[in-house]
Amino acid sequence: MTEPLFSVRGLKVALPDMTRKPLIGRAPLAEILKGLDFDLPKGLITGIVGESGSGKSTLGRALVRLLEPSAGAITFEGRDIAHLSEAELRPLRRDLQMIFQDPMSSLNPRHTIFNIIAAPLRQNGLGDRLKERVAEALQRVGLPQSFAARYRHELSGGQRQRVGIARALALSPKFVLADEIVSGLDVSTQAQILTLLEKLAAEMGLTVAFISHDLSVIRRLCQQVIVMREGRIVEAGATDALFDNPKEAYTRDLLAAIPLPEIDPDWLRPKAPA
Amino acid sequence: MSVNVEPCLDIRGLSAVLPNGQRVLRSVSLSVHPGEVRALVGESGAGKTMIGKAVLGVLPKSVRIVEGEMLIEGEDLGRLDPKARRTLIGARTALIPQDPLTALNPSRRIGAQMIDRLVRILGWNGEKADKRIRQLLDEVQIRDSERVLKSYPHELSGGMRQRVLIAAAFAAEPRLIVADEPTTALDVTVQKQILRLIAQLQRDHGTAILFVTHDLGVVAKISQKVSVLYAGKVVEEAETAALFEAPQHPYTRALMAATPRYTDPYASLKPVDETVLAGLAAEIAAADQAWRPRHD
Amino acid sequence: MDEASIARRGLSPRLWLAGGWLLLALLAAIFAPLVAPQDPLAQDLMLERLPPFWLDGAEPGYWLGTDSLGRDLLSRLIFGGRIAFIVAFAAATSACLLGSALGLIAGYVGGWADRIISRIVDVWMAFPPVLFAILLVAVLGTGLSSVILAIAIIDWTRFCRVIRAEAMSQARMDYVESARIAGYGRIGIMLREVLPNVLPSVVALLSLEMGIAVIVEAILSFVNLSISTDDPTWGSIIAEGRLSIHQAWWVLVFPLITLILTVLSFSQFGEALKARFDPVLR
Repeated sequence: MTEPLFSVRGLKVALPDMTRKPLIGRAPLAEILKGLDFDLPKGLITGIVGESGSGKSTLGRALVRLLEPSAGAITFEGRDIAHLSEAELRPLRRDLQMIFQDPMSSLNPRHTIFNIIAAPLRQNGLGDRLKERVAEALQRVGLPQSFAARYRHELSGGQRQRVGIARALALSPKFVLADEIVSGLDVSTQAQILTLLEKLAAEMGLTVAFISHDLSVIRRLCQQVIVMREGRIVEAGATDALFDNPKEAYTRDLLAAIPLPEIDPDWLRPKAPA
Repeated sequence: MSVNVEPCLDIRGLSAVLPNGQRVLRSVSLSVHPGEVRALVGESGAGKTMIGKAVLGVLPKSVRIVEGEMLIEGEDLGRLDPKARRTLIGARTALIPQDPLTALNPSRRIGAQMIDRLVRILGWNGEKADKRIRQLLDEVQIRDSERVLKSYPHELSGGMRQRVLIAAAFAAEPRLIVADEPTTALDVTVQKQILRLIAQLQRDHGTAILFVTHDLGVVAKISQKVSVLYAGKVVEEAETAALFEAPQHPYTRALMAATPRYTDPYASLKPVDETVLAGLAAEIAAADQAWRPRHD
Repeated sequence: MDEASIARRGLSPRLWLAGGWLLLALLAAIFAPLVAPQDPLAQDLMLERLPPFWLDGAEPGYWLGTDSLGRDLLSRLIFGGRIAFIVAFAAATSACLLGSALGLIAGYVGGWADRIISRIVDVWMAFPPVLFAILLVAVLGTGLSSVILAIAIIDWTRFCRVIRAEAMSQARMDYVESARIAGYGRIGIMLREVLPNVLPSVVALLSLEMGIAVIVEAILSFVNLSISTDDPTWGSIIAEGRLSIHQAWWVLVFPLITLILTVLSFSQFGEALKARFDPVLR
């Protein structure tokens, strides 16, 4: 077992629940993550799977410290970053990068692709040789150099997501959070993006947390899996073991609910009463 | 199923263009027979939703049908005046939409909205409509129907809202239902329940369904027939079982290889080959070359 | 490509017409001493109430006629334009800077900043604006700078409200989170990610506000609370024209047309600019 890059203990996150906000005063807090313990081993891709409301996206945002946990420790390379201030986090940012679900919303319509990829470089003291570095980042994700001058609306969905990847990897980070990065894409494009991420992660020795609702995608890409439900970890383990021999009923239900592209007349029959 | 039964929906050589002359539907032909589910599968921009909208008579103004016929139970929609067309579509078809939240009016109670449709479109009286709605809510396995009828859309979960819309779609006993990606916004476990419900109601009521989806997995489970769409053109049409047994068109094969399967991770998620896409582009170009829009 | 992008390709006729009128009026105002056919203050009782050039009894050189003191109406309108434009640019720009900055902070930073700024805006908007302006000028004293200050003090809320709402929706965009991931601080994100996206609205509002400032200045002149009565302003000409409407309608009608055209042009110009500088295709 390699040494973990991230070590998370007793992680809790509570966020204001706007649906229960009284007319006057603050919204009450709702606990989204209810105490999580896990490690993210160095150089591996860990899948985090769950349905809506499972807290998987909140977990991701806590790891890269877009959110501050209400309790627990997030140890990154031996240092607890759970409660660092924005200023203390800044030097860590170059190692904690993120690829977003919706490349439309994650690319500012007013900036050229060059400026979008250059932003993290400029901000992290790599502003020299900017042209060269951006060119390298574009090449890495298989986009032509001419794209540097374009805007997001001039790109297809798959190309936008490549830009998102280029931006996240421009700093050669240690960790990348990929939050549902293929769920908005067509299957043909989805396969390309996953292959690209897989290749780059291996080449650059990245540690990746890959958040997805799609177990099929996770099985293909990830070496270990965390299954979440309602703010807790249901089951976690090495991918093949978990898929071949799921221990929890919920994991089995999730797997059974996936409509595989093959004929199965029994799939839609109501379950026989137990 | 015998061949000479009149189809519920028969689309023949349907072509549509945008104002700039670009073709968005390319001589689409397909039919849905009584009691049958036909899947319409394709990636974004394939025109699958547009076909559904054309059937329901709700195409955006910018899209113009330039050729072809659409028949609902043998009646040619193109030959009816607008009012008669609306009446026919209203009485014989229904829609299960992709996003149940935007399909419901947020400021009215569920019950009032569901009854309204039956009263306005079919001219039923309130009592009959109310009875029918309760019966359907029962069929979609909503147990506390009293509470649901009194709720506003935002008070229900996504799966619950979709059940309500399925009940509403079947309530008027339409001959044909257009289901436009009805489970795309749902979690997998909820998706399975909803697909099961649609299949169950479809069997019980003998309704024909045109099922629009991007997911070959859903196609395999829900449909008996399937049309594969690319760039507004039907590239392959088959019985669902036959399609999965032996896909004929290279694009269909590529799509299948790209679709993720956890049971076989390394045989799935294959990027679509460039030669397949080049072949498709050539096929589309050839079809456009041969195409001469008929003059009115 | 959708219709919006097609429409954006060429300059719209709206932009040409509105921009053309504004440019013409602005140039005339700047070069007033060269352009105006007569001295705007020169009275000549021999020439009182001359009709515009196409009516019987018109005099050459007095194109739009004269008022009851025999002053040339066209020259007075041209000189009045100077004050109108100075007020428009200065007042609208001040209101814009103040309102947009506060709106940006309220919308993006949120929390306490938002609560305080929003409450002030609410209280501000509760005052009837014209009454507020008259009161302010009465307190500050008449004169050009008082008028400009009064308009800026009243109308910054217009910018603040719109920009706050836009900044709030921008703050929810993933590219704002992405900028945090890239290591940007609040001010950096506000300037780099949020501001460029709210700029088209700022420009449109700024242009609209210039038109509003022209109206407010005219109203203040009308009630004799603007600049000294000697200098012609559109509002004071209208006030005078009102008194002689039965004898010389043109003294009322021409300044009104000028005022309406200018105000309309400002608002149309702003809208057209906003549409043109919006590269966003959603």
